[in-house]
Amino acid sequence: MTAALDVQGLTTRFATRGDPVTAVNDVSFSVQKGRILGLVGESGSGKSVTGFSVMGLIDAPGEISAGKVLVDGNDLRALSDEHMRKMRGNKVAMVFQDPMMTLNPVLRVGDQMAMAVRVHRKMSKTAALEESRAALEAVGIPSPEERLQAYPHQLSGGMRQRVAIAMALLHSPSVIIADEATTALDVSIQGQILAEVRDLADTTGAAIVWITHDLAVVSSLADDICVMYAGKIVERGTAQQVIDHPRHPYTKGLLDSIPALHEPGKHLPQIPGSTPQLSRLPQGCPFRPRCPRASDICKTVPPADTVDGQTVLCHHPLERT
Amino acid sequence: MTDPILKIEHVSKRFTRMPGLAERLVGKVTGGGKPVTVHALTDVSLEVSQGEVLGIVGESGCGKSTLGRVVAGIYAPSDGSVTLHDKPVARTHGGNIDKLTTQVQMIHQDPFASLNPRMKVGETLAEGPRYHKIIPARDVQARMRELLEKVGLEGAYADRFPHQFSGGQRQRVAIARALAMEPEVLVLDEAVASLDVSIQAQVLNLFMDLRRDLGLTALFISHDLSVVRHVCDRVAIMYLGRLVELAPADELYADPKHPYTTALFASVPTVGTGKRRFEAIKGEIPSPINPPSGCAFHPRCPLAGPRCRVEVPRLTDAGTARTVACHLNDGGVDAKSEVAA
Repeated sequence: MTAALDVQGLTTRFATRGDPVTAVNDVSFSVQKGRILGLVGESGSGKSVTGFSVMGLIDAPGEISAGKVLVDGNDLRALSDEHMRKMRGNKVAMVFQDPMMTLNPVLRVGDQMAMAVRVHRKMSKTAALEESRAALEAVGIPSPEERLQAYPHQLSGGMRQRVAIAMALLHSPSVIIADEATTALDVSIQGQILAEVRDLADTTGAAIVWITHDLAVVSSLADDICVMYAGKIVERGTAQQVIDHPRHPYTKGLLDSIPALHEPGKHLPQIPGSTPQLSRLPQGCPFRPRCPRASDICKTVPPADTVDGQTVLCHHPLERT
Repeated sequence: MTDPILKIEHVSKRFTRMPGLAERLVGKVTGGGKPVTVHALTDVSLEVSQGEVLGIVGESGCGKSTLGRVVAGIYAPSDGSVTLHDKPVARTHGGNIDKLTTQVQMIHQDPFASLNPRMKVGETLAEGPRYHKIIPARDVQARMRELLEKVGLEGAYADRFPHQFSGGQRQRVAIARALAMEPEVLVLDEAVASLDVSIQAQVLNLFMDLRRDLGLTALFISHDLSVVRHVCDRVAIMYLGRLVELAPADELYADPKHPYTTALFASVPTVGTGKRRFEAIKGEIPSPINPPSGCAFHPRCPLAGPRCRVEVPRLTDAGTARTVACHLNDGGVDAKSEVAA
């Protein structure tokens, strides 16, 4: 079966005053219909740039320098700008962190949603408003008719994010990229939205890439997880494999540093140091200076994928347990 | 429990926004244009003992940050008082604060915003102690270096500017700045919320070390339930400006009494797999401008009854050193007449 989204060897660079910085470095992953992939990493790991690259939203000084982005088997990178514009918001849609930045503050919700419908499909405004209403209903917005009349500032943060998700759903996209879509929300509202996202993946069959720094969110939401560090996917597997049996020392370190898993008041295991600057990556393995398992080979030779069901980019992966 | 040193007594805080000219003109016709009052805090009482870390938890608009600011003396309470060793933390004059204790220091969420980008961090650290003559002038330099080392940085970093530090390092600087005032009480307002997970663990460890070494008393304000459980002795849960539950951390997490606390715990994603349904709380957080009648949580509460719509629940004992503001713990949720007798 063709994956809804298949990313192969994606590499995105940014020109700087010095050497170009590789924010996304040879990243590959795929998501089947109706599945949710959690893309996890800390600041600067390249997780958001990966999302933007899939959407073709990289502008100068950035450049996608290699790789393929296949949506239902068609390479988005081979498309002209004009064709790509027709795909964006249609076959591939994105939900951003801050819905106040993505919704137009001077247009009623209904007007901007209807506009988004009619960009890609010829229909009357009445019909477009009806589709918008249905989309709002699908994401659990109460009294959707009234919300169509509202301006974004009249809605709460959770409602706004639901509107943003509803807009992403308008054209039944094959792929939805959500970048920290619940990070700005309160936990009770986040819980509601995560439950709805899970339902949407099951009912609409959209493939969802859920980009976040929050391991707890992906561990309960995602089917598969990719962990990114310094522009590379360092570990990839099913959610269960990655969370219950992490094999990369970085994933292990991240999981260990979560307070919920430790007795209160005890010292938390911590990953020493801080995330490296992409312009000054160490030779060999980028995680080596912070890694408890590093040896001499890690100083010089970049690790290659070790694949046995769970992909690990490490010279000394943890044993399978 | 030892005698409390910090007492927050019946504190309320209201913010009133006066209408602008246009609103008043429109109001002449429509009948609107009246001042809008937000009840950010309503009758909150808490006590904190020497060496205790009290967690304050809640969602947006629950008043947790306002409470932190009232305790730090940044806001004057509209009603009630905050005292440290029975002395007010802030002396007010005509509703404005004119003298403030140096004994309560605050650490803010965003170390990118809370440090002056044009000052070397050594200067930032020295400014307060120098002004308040907390440290003799000739000792200031040495003391600043010592503080930087205490928070896990190098003394030589005193000559650097904030932009030369990472987020985690900046938050260490912010902690050092608070400690430089030699405070008795720290107020940490979402102090680790903007840090990456791996850095968050480092800063939490630092906080726990400092707490042990210096015997710090602290208010730890956070929306992150797992962080709070890890560092706090007792936890206060707030909802729409009111305290709804207060209990020792281990008891609260083992057995939450208030329906809101229960629902909050259920909606937090936890690490661990197995396709778990999120048990979300229904509905929206109401606006503090126009809070629901009776118990503010009743429109979202699965256990609410007629009494909850009309009567504000009082804080009642729910075991040793535990209180909860819920009618379920105070005679039931049925109509008031049945309970009055």
